[in-house]
Amino acid sequence: MKACEIRGLEKSFGRNHVLRGIDLDLSAGEVVVLMGANGAGKSTLVKILCGFQGANGGSIQLEGQPFQPLDAADAISRGVVTVHQSIDDGVIPDLDVATNLMLNRLTEQGAGLLVRDRALRVAARKVADNMGLDLDVRARVADLSVADRQMIAIARAMAYEPKVLILDEPTSSLSASEADRLFALLDRLRDQGVAILYISHRMSDIRRIADRIVCMRDGRISGVFDQAPLDYDGAVTAMLGHKMTDVDIDVVSGGPAILEVDQVRLDGGDTPVSFTAHDGEVVAITGLLGSGKSQLADMIFGQRPVKSGQLRLDGRPYAPRSATHAVAAGVFMSSKDRSTNAVIPAFDIANNMTLPFLGSFSRLSLLSKRKQRGAANDMIRQIGVKCQSDYDGIGTLSGGNQQKVMIGRWLLEDSRVLLLDEPFQGVDIGARRDIGRHIRATAKGRATLVFAAELDEALEIADRIIVLHEGAVVGTHSNSNIDLDVLIAQVSGAKDARIQAN
Amino acid sequence: MTNEKILNFAIRFGFLILLMGLVLYFSLSASGFASPRSAAFILQSVAITGILALGVTCTLVVDGFDLSIGSVATTSLMLSAYAMVILEMSAFSAVMLCLLMGAVVGLINGLLIVKFKVPDLLATLGMMFLLIGLQRIPTQGNSIATGMKLPDGSVAEGAFSQAFLWLGRHRFDLVVERLVPVPVVIFLITAFAIWVFLELTRHGRLMYAIGSNERAAALVGANVNRYKIAAYMISGVTASIGGILLAARLGRGDIASGNNLLLDSVAAALIGFAVLGAARPNAFGTAVGALFVGILLQGLTMMNAPYYTQDFVKGAVLVIALVFTFYLSAKRGAGGKT
Repeated sequence: MKACEIRGLEKSFGRNHVLRGIDLDLSAGEVVVLMGANGAGKSTLVKILCGFQGANGGSIQLEGQPFQPLDAADAISRGVVTVHQSIDDGVIPDLDVATNLMLNRLTEQGAGLLVRDRALRVAARKVADNMGLDLDVRARVADLSVADRQMIAIARAMAYEPKVLILDEPTSSLSASEADRLFALLDRLRDQGVAILYISHRMSDIRRIADRIVCMRDGRISGVFDQAPLDYDGAVTAMLGHKMTDVDIDVVSGGPAILEVDQVRLDGGDTPVSFTAHDGEVVAITGLLGSGKSQLADMIFGQRPVKSGQLRLDGRPYAPRSATHAVAAGVFMSSKDRSTNAVIPAFDIANNMTLPFLGSFSRLSLLSKRKQRGAANDMIRQIGVKCQSDYDGIGTLSGGNQQKVMIGRWLLEDSRVLLLDEPFQGVDIGARRDIGRHIRATAKGRATLVFAAELDEALEIADRIIVLHEGAVVGTHSNSNIDLDVLIAQVSGAKDARIQAN
Repeated sequence: MTNEKILNFAIRFGFLILLMGLVLYFSLSASGFASPRSAAFILQSVAITGILALGVTCTLVVDGFDLSIGSVATTSLMLSAYAMVILEMSAFSAVMLCLLMGAVVGLINGLLIVKFKVPDLLATLGMMFLLIGLQRIPTQGNSIATGMKLPDGSVAEGAFSQAFLWLGRHRFDLVVERLVPVPVVIFLITAFAIWVFLELTRHGRLMYAIGSNERAAALVGANVNRYKIAAYMISGVTASIGGILLAARLGRGDIASGNNLLLDSVAAALIGFAVLGAARPNAFGTAVGALFVGILLQGLTMMNAPYYTQDFVKGAVLVIALVFTFYLSAKRGAGGKT
């Protein structure tokens, strides 16, 4: 039975066509996995389904009825429930489990004025039991593990008796055993006849849960796989397309060693990590969430102590204690999640860009507007920021252009090591190419480390790709004629791949 | 397009035009309003509030808040009186002692917030309470005046020195003889200095960055903790300057004076958000905000409005200014400019 039929769905933001005619069916009691690289349009599709945004064209039918949710509440009441990637949007950490599970009960019209805690707890326990959750309903949600919080968000979603349940990268902050619990829960829901749309590009999840795989690329469906056994490799190819071979990389082996990572132990890793980054070389560090990429980046930028092992910069021991020390030593980092970690929303382009190096643009602490604006304008031109002038507020730019400003920030002065943590997060393909080209063109004189979870991003920019899995290096590849199957297997942590690489 | 231009113009200059309109109105309807003496009086009435407001502006810039400024000022008032009347210190040492006290209080506020992670409102509220109590302990709750009787029965030997009283009472000649009081000059100098610091130096720019996105500022290598502590120290020092000037004007350590300082100066800083459409704390706006309140109160007083309407008028101005800032600027959209 078809729970949801999507036909010819289109959505554009200005001239940017994000969805170009999506056809997708969801059936009751089936888990459809939706795969797609950054910018493929997955999240836009989800936003339309859960009522955050309207479509520009096409139709959605829910059990035969036309479905055009006015807002999130409307979508939920019609039976389309979404569990978003960021878990804490779904729960209220300071309240107990019972209240969290029963929250929708409190907002119902005709709910009594007084909250009867005992009745609430009894009802909550029933909900928890139905879901197979073994939790103390009096516990404060803030004290629970991430997985438990996620379960609660899902359990509450189930209270609406959804016809369609959408999960947006639900395992991105879960450990393997926590993820197993989530899958057990999803199995149960599938058996109850819920249509589940599961968004992920984590191969291990997909292997475990998928009944059907749908791949998206550049706003279109690029592949549907429903023949058992599912063709996972085909799905990955459909997701990435052949685009990654579009960018030709002249692999540089690099000059003298600049940054040496020597026997550094990451949390959750059995074997310490060692590698060397050379002058002029762009090294991509790739791996799933929780593989230790971010940890490593944080250590090199002084955000996290190196407990065991050593970092060396130009042959000398390097142990930064803060971002200030790292920057002073010539190690710059463009952080991931630019809106929380990089953008100053109150500032214009020039002030955002020049922020780390205000000292160079001032005399006796007095800022020279001319120098500051001049440097910013040069960089705007070099990296190709699309804007009216350097006085534009940073919030007026698109994600890709904001990211260009954030990366341009760290190219204003010469660095020894440039760390780019997820530099292509929320960046459209055009801006991504611009940034990649500029990073490669300026790579001489420093070592560049790019931390990227998406393989195609790594393939587009790097001379060398290092694969991390669970805190250990499982593969190193020079970026020419890489065997993609081996690479993908290493990223997803298949045991045989690890042996092959060694 | 024209609508948008009008809106932009209203946001940018609306408040200043309102200010000029008020001045014009009072000049025409209240005789004697448009005179150098009246101008000096207005300035004098807002000088101390204005100095405190400039300090609190610095804490607002780093997205903090200093509730302790009023009590720092009164502590400084009592401390200077105590130092001169009872400890018989010189004017210079008394002033230095007060400034040091302000800096130390600011440092403690900053450390409470930065190191002990106490939320800013709570930390400075606690400090406010503590200081209100502390300033009464040495004198057992009494005010301090020259020749006062001490608890042990003797009479205090010290006195407010002339040099100290000069700070509060001397008037410089300008156009008219003995026109501009010293506190006004200090207010203008402080306003200029804070303006230069916040708008033109890299430190000021980094403080604004911290206020807008603290984590991002930390990740470009700014020493966030140090800047935050500095903001509270500036606030403490300016508040103690305010207290010194108040003591010099009163000529006694009056336990009951300075009650309104906190609310008035916070109001001035918040009104300042609306000036020139800044929509953020800024030194120029704060100074204009303080002046605005002063002009309005002086004008109304000269038109025989009773004194008890003053707080109501201040409140009304504040609410209007906040609407200017938040409603109109939000309409303009997210195009932050620095």
